Amino acid sequence: MLVIKNLKANVEGKEILKGINLEINAGEIHAIMGPNGSGKSTLANVLTGNENYEVTEGEVLFEGKNLLEMDPETRAREGMFLAFQYPIEIPGVSNATFLKTALNEIRKYKGQEEVTPKEFLSLIKEKANLLGMDEAMISRYVNVGFSGGEKKRNEILQMLMLEPKFVLLDETDSGLDIDALKIVANGVNIYKNPDTAFLVVTHYQRLLNYIVPDFVHVLYKGRIIKSGTKELALELEEKGYDWLIKEEEMENV
Amino acid sequence: MNEINEKMKEELSDDMKILEDVTSSEYKWGFVTEIDSETAPKGLNEDVIRLISSKKNEPEWMTEWRLKAFRYWLKMEEPKWPNVTYPKIDFQDISYYSAPKQKPKLNSLDEVDPELLKTFEKLGIPLEEQKILSGVAVDAVFDSVSVATTFKETLKEKGIIFCSISEAIQEYPDLVKKYLGSVVPYTDNFYAALNSAVFSDGSFVYIPKGVRCPMELSTYFRINSQETGQFERTLIVADDNSYVSYLEGCTAPIRDNNQLHAAVVELVALENAEIKYSTVQNWYPGDKEGKGGIYNFVTKRGACKGKNSKISWTQVETGSAITWKYPSCILQGDNSVGEFYSVAVTNNFQQADTGTKMIHIGKNTRSTIISKGISAGRSNNSYRGLVRIGKNAIGARNFTQCDSMLMGDKCGAHTFPYIEVENDTAKVEHEATTSKVGEDQIFYLNQRGISTEDAVNMIVNGFCKEVFNELPMEFAVEAQKLLAISLEGSVG
Ligand SMILES: Nc1ncnc2c1ncn2[C@@H]1O[C@H](COP(=O)(O)OP(=O)(O)OP(=O)(O)O)[C@@H](O)[C@H]1O
Ligand SMILES: [Mg+2]
Repeated sequence: MLVIKNLKANVEGKEILKGINLEINAGEIHAIMGPNGSGKSTLANVLTGNENYEVTEGEVLFEGKNLLEMDPETRAREGMFLAFQYPIEIPGVSNATFLKTALNEIRKYKGQEEVTPKEFLSLIKEKANLLGMDEAMISRYVNVGFSGGEKKRNEILQMLMLEPKFVLLDETDSGLDIDALKIVANGVNIYKNPDTAFLVVTHYQRLLNYIVPDFVHVLYKGRIIKSGTKELALELEEKGYDWLIKEEEMENV
Repeated sequence: MNEINEKMKEELSDDMKILEDVTSSEYKWGFVTEIDSETAPKGLNEDVIRLISSKKNEPEWMTEWRLKAFRYWLKMEEPKWPNVTYPKIDFQDISYYSAPKQKPKLNSLDEVDPELLKTFEKLGIPLEEQKILSGVAVDAVFDSVSVATTFKETLKEKGIIFCSISEAIQEYPDLVKKYLGSVVPYTDNFYAALNSAVFSDGSFVYIPKGVRCPMELSTYFRINSQETGQFERTLIVADDNSYVSYLEGCTAPIRDNNQLHAAVVELVALENAEIKYSTVQNWYPGDKEGKGGIYNFVTKRGACKGKNSKISWTQVETGSAITWKYPSCILQGDNSVGEFYSVAVTNNFQQADTGTKMIHIGKNTRSTIISKGISAGRSNNSYRGLVRIGKNAIGARNFTQCDSMLMGDKCGAHTFPYIEVENDTAKVEHEATTSKVGEDQIFYLNQRGISTEDAVNMIVNGFCKEVFNELPMEFAVEAQKLLAISLEGSVG
């Protein structure tokens, strides 16, 4: 589904991603872990087309198409979704208006009929209930005055509504209490199917108990320095990153 | 990327297509209708005023009133304090009267000049449809003379008067004499004096005691004849315990020469009466270099004369090269309420100096001011507001919120709040913010499949939400379209 080849990217002239190689197939869940500032969010932003991030080298194929040539909205319409580490507030725009517009844009792109207001409402209520969200959230302004946890849940609500093929979760677990974590993970697990793939950025092994990854990668200073299965996450939890970093540095010498 | 955009455009829904149509044209309503008009020679003197008055078959007292205003105007000077700049206007180079040549009395729309009906169609407001679909009574002012008034019969049953001011001068001289100039006297300011001398037409509304007007009353103003200044005069009187909602919307064709527009609107609310006055203003703002465009110098004022009366002004201003406009409320009756909700958008080289005045005179009077200014391009957008609490206005309260949004870094937003309080039981609150359309907001919406243009519209509409909430439904939709049009191409 997604093939990343030797991807390098700069932020404000500074190289942050230094050659990422990664292949993700439909039906798979990949986790990315790594110390603060290693480039995890940068990777998410580059994949979704944030203009502040300049790709200097490499290639990304999304279902065989050249992803890096598409503008952000096209990537989204093609089925790429990012649950933001820091969801953005849009005052005066209700969650419903926002999501209905987004859903219809995506549907139009796929050549599908627009949702009727009635269909939309029953759909969003269903998904909100699934996530244990108060229905009042639907008419509230996008993320305005939401608590940290509510914002994260709202991201997952959007995922469920927009039905993307490829989902990036950027620290969706941070700021969630244990119950909320389970609910959010449950949302992801319900949504997960053989045609979708996930790239989950997290600092905590705990999330991976609920969203079980097929592969775990460690990102350090803009490179994937280690890949493994879910056991790697447990190992990291226990030992931290130091041993890996040392290993990496040894190799470089 | 462009190819993708093109492809997207094809796939847009009907709704969006309409929006596209409107946004892709430079100024959609820039056409000139070919109708013979009868136009007075350029220049202004007592003879021209007598000509206007006689063309309109006015009684002697009206002619005299105009002449008094004219003589007063001669002694006045153009105001210099607004934060706008423009070349000096030669008031002798303007023609002060223009009337479409056609039969004066019309019983139905069939009798209306077909050219004129086409104009309305181009504007997207076919009168017939308006009549049937929206239940809006339209008094269409076309270049100074009313040509079609609909729904009159329904209104008549309730005793509501809704007609052109010219007709009112003929048919209801007592009401006109009593209220014309009672809120905005001709001595008020330079443009009000000029308007009083030469006003061509406008609307008159009277809601009798205890009547709730069953429909929105609406006037579409339109400037048509080249180089004809427009001097509309509107007078709305809501008698005790009555209610009316009035909509004013306008468009104008493309011109090379700047056109002057100096309207006066007077509202009178008696005891327990409520007047809601909404405006969507979309006059030609000039081209991208700032050439052409309408000068809009308007005096709008409402008097809450009776106890518990209420006047609310809601305006969405996207047009004109220069706007100078301060819809105001004089809160005379005890417990009376004044409201001002405004969205003013400026782009390219537009200049707007707009705001409100809330004059608290009666006890426990309350006012709310919500102003949203959006500047893009090289435009300048100023809010100027006065809140005055008089000596006797015990317990008066005001809340002002003034938000500015900047798009790009070549435009300006300015706030000039004036507060004068002569009563220490009063409570006055003022909040102001300035923000930019955030790149992170746009990216967030992009990431959900929404194009940058739609994202900007969504963010801006959200910013204006509190004001749009005050507009009648159909006007709110119109207002959102206008925002999209006037901000087209200002980001990205
Ligand atoms: N918009 C930006 N402007 C300047 N520097 C940036 C920007 N975005 C990222 N960076 C820098 O790039 C580096 C990688 O940041 P990134 O957010 O990708 O890290 P991360 O792995 O997601 O970290 P965390 O675990 O703390 O979320 C950091 O040094 C950060 O300061
Ligand atoms: Mg991060």
